[in-house]
Amino acid sequence: MFRQIEGSRGVAEAVALCRPEVISAYPISPQTHIVEALSAMVKSGELRPCEYVNVESEFAAMSAAIGASAAGARAYTATASQGLLYMVEALYNASGLGLPIVMTVANRAIGAPINIWNDHSDAMSQRDSGWLQLYAETNQEALDLHVQAFRIAEELSTPVMVCMDGFVLTHAFERVDVPAQDEVDAFVPAYEPRQVLDPADPVSMGAMVGPEAFTEVRYLAHMRQLDALTVVPSVAAEFADHFGRTSGGLVRSYRADDAETVVIALGSVLGTLKDTVDELRAEGVSVGVVGITTFRPFPYDAIRSAVEDARRVVVVERAFSVGTGGIVTADVRAALADQPLHTVVAGLGGRPVTEASLHALLLRDDLGPLTFLDLNTDLVERELRRRREIPRSGPTAENLLRDLDRIGES
Amino acid sequence: MSAVFEVRVHGRGGQGVVTAAELLSVAAFLEGRHAQAFPSFGSERTGAPVVAFCRISDRAIRTHAPIVRPDAVIVQDATVFGALPVLDGLRPEGFVLVNSTKDIALDAGNVFVVPATELALELVGRPVPNAALLGGFAAVSGVVSLDAVSAAIRERFAGAVAEANAAAAARAFGIVRAEMGEREHV
Repeated sequence: MFRQIEGSRGVAEAVALCRPEVISAYPISPQTHIVEALSAMVKSGELRPCEYVNVESEFAAMSAAIGASAAGARAYTATASQGLLYMVEALYNASGLGLPIVMTVANRAIGAPINIWNDHSDAMSQRDSGWLQLYAETNQEALDLHVQAFRIAEELSTPVMVCMDGFVLTHAFERVDVPAQDEVDAFVPAYEPRQVLDPADPVSMGAMVGPEAFTEVRYLAHMRQLDALTVVPSVAAEFADHFGRTSGGLVRSYRADDAETVVIALGSVLGTLKDTVDELRAEGVSVGVVGITTFRPFPYDAIRSAVEDARRVVVVERAFSVGTGGIVTADVRAALADQPLHTVVAGLGGRPVTEASLHALLLRDDLGPLTFLDLNTDLVERELRRRREIPRSGPTAENLLRDLDRIGES
Repeated sequence: MSAVFEVRVHGRGGQGVVTAAELLSVAAFLEGRHAQAFPSFGSERTGAPVVAFCRISDRAIRTHAPIVRPDAVIVQDATVFGALPVLDGLRPEGFVLVNSTKDIALDAGNVFVVPATELALELVGRPVPNAALLGGFAAVSGVVSLDAVSAAIRERFAGAVAEANAAAAARAFGIVRAEMGEREHV
């Protein structure tokens, strides 16, 4: 049924339709509305049987999800930013043990300086955690990816992170088609754990493994992730058959087949990019977009074939590795032959990514290897000068804010 | 009117600015249109300037960028004029709807006022002007109907609160339509 609701509400309903049996969570913006809605559904009895565990930290949230999943329950949690970092040790346990937990990450910047707004630094920091990572372009896709995530996680017995842009999607009211319970029941069967803690048939999980088998355990985890490159598209195809709309998969192209310039991006900026591409195409500029839905495992072959005819590739990233450059770019580079490749860092800490800026960017033919979109160079120069001239130049972030106030006054 | 009708709502935390944009999107949705509402993603606090956005279109809305060239600006609290460039980017053919008891001189072509706080105090019993302003918005723009605004209000709130807000919207609709009628006769 079509409804006009907040993205967080839509995700909460999609998760509830998948009948999780244990939800353990700790609130953090911009994820809070999701677990708030789920806790209300559990309390009212709308979602049952389900136990909602209001834990005291994100570390406990993931630990409780691990325990629940190991005991054979379908387990879900959600977090963002510092909350994701706080559960990192447990994240690796969840994936190392092969437990099919599904988690929403409402993408948000990481401090310091403290910043509650959207970028991809949080999820990108966990790209090597062994979790699958799916990125939603719209609220509809965020809903759909959760329904698919339970299927993918349980089929592979591996945890899945569904990433959606904090505030930009979580707090946006958009039209979404919320499926009916019987439709989701037909798509997501009851959870059949590959491994389970059962007093009647005892096993141990998480025992120490020494040099004699650790490599093999890791190798098998790698094989399982590679299996996802087949499972993710097949679940997406089945989803399209069941629900009549396209969501998920590995990558999706938009006007990219014959494009000289192909822009690669993840998440909600893809919509803005598509509008920009339509404008540029109308002006005769040959440009297209490739959206990465599945970032882990990285779909090398799909990326390669999506951009093989492009003369240049521009990766727009909402995070970057300080001192190194684009995170997504590094993987894209490994997938490509030898086309020119440019990283554009955009939308850090909630800075809007506007069509005007993207439009101007894609008209440039002098892009360097690394560009920061809409960088305030005046502000940067002021701080660099201060550092050169004053030994105790003070805290950078506070200096910049003071400069901005001064610029605003003058 | 551009293919996508874009609205920016200004006010202060606690006045239902974000709710206004959300209700407007629901009203458009109920009339079969695509709509997208979102806040300015700040840490909204009571009393601080707050901005929310709403796009309405006959086609799916793909962009997730903030609105920079609005067709309409709704001002829930006239004190934000001094704090922010409220009229920035307003299209020349666009309009401003201000919560005020008296006419306001602004550097914009089409300015309408509606005493939304007074209507809210009288009918709802709380100084929350958003529902009345949406009634006024329906009157000026014709982008959504008063019925759709009332339906959105009833979907969001229950019982007496819903009815009181719907009444405030209806009253504001009448006031603004009268204001428009007077201008036509001049």
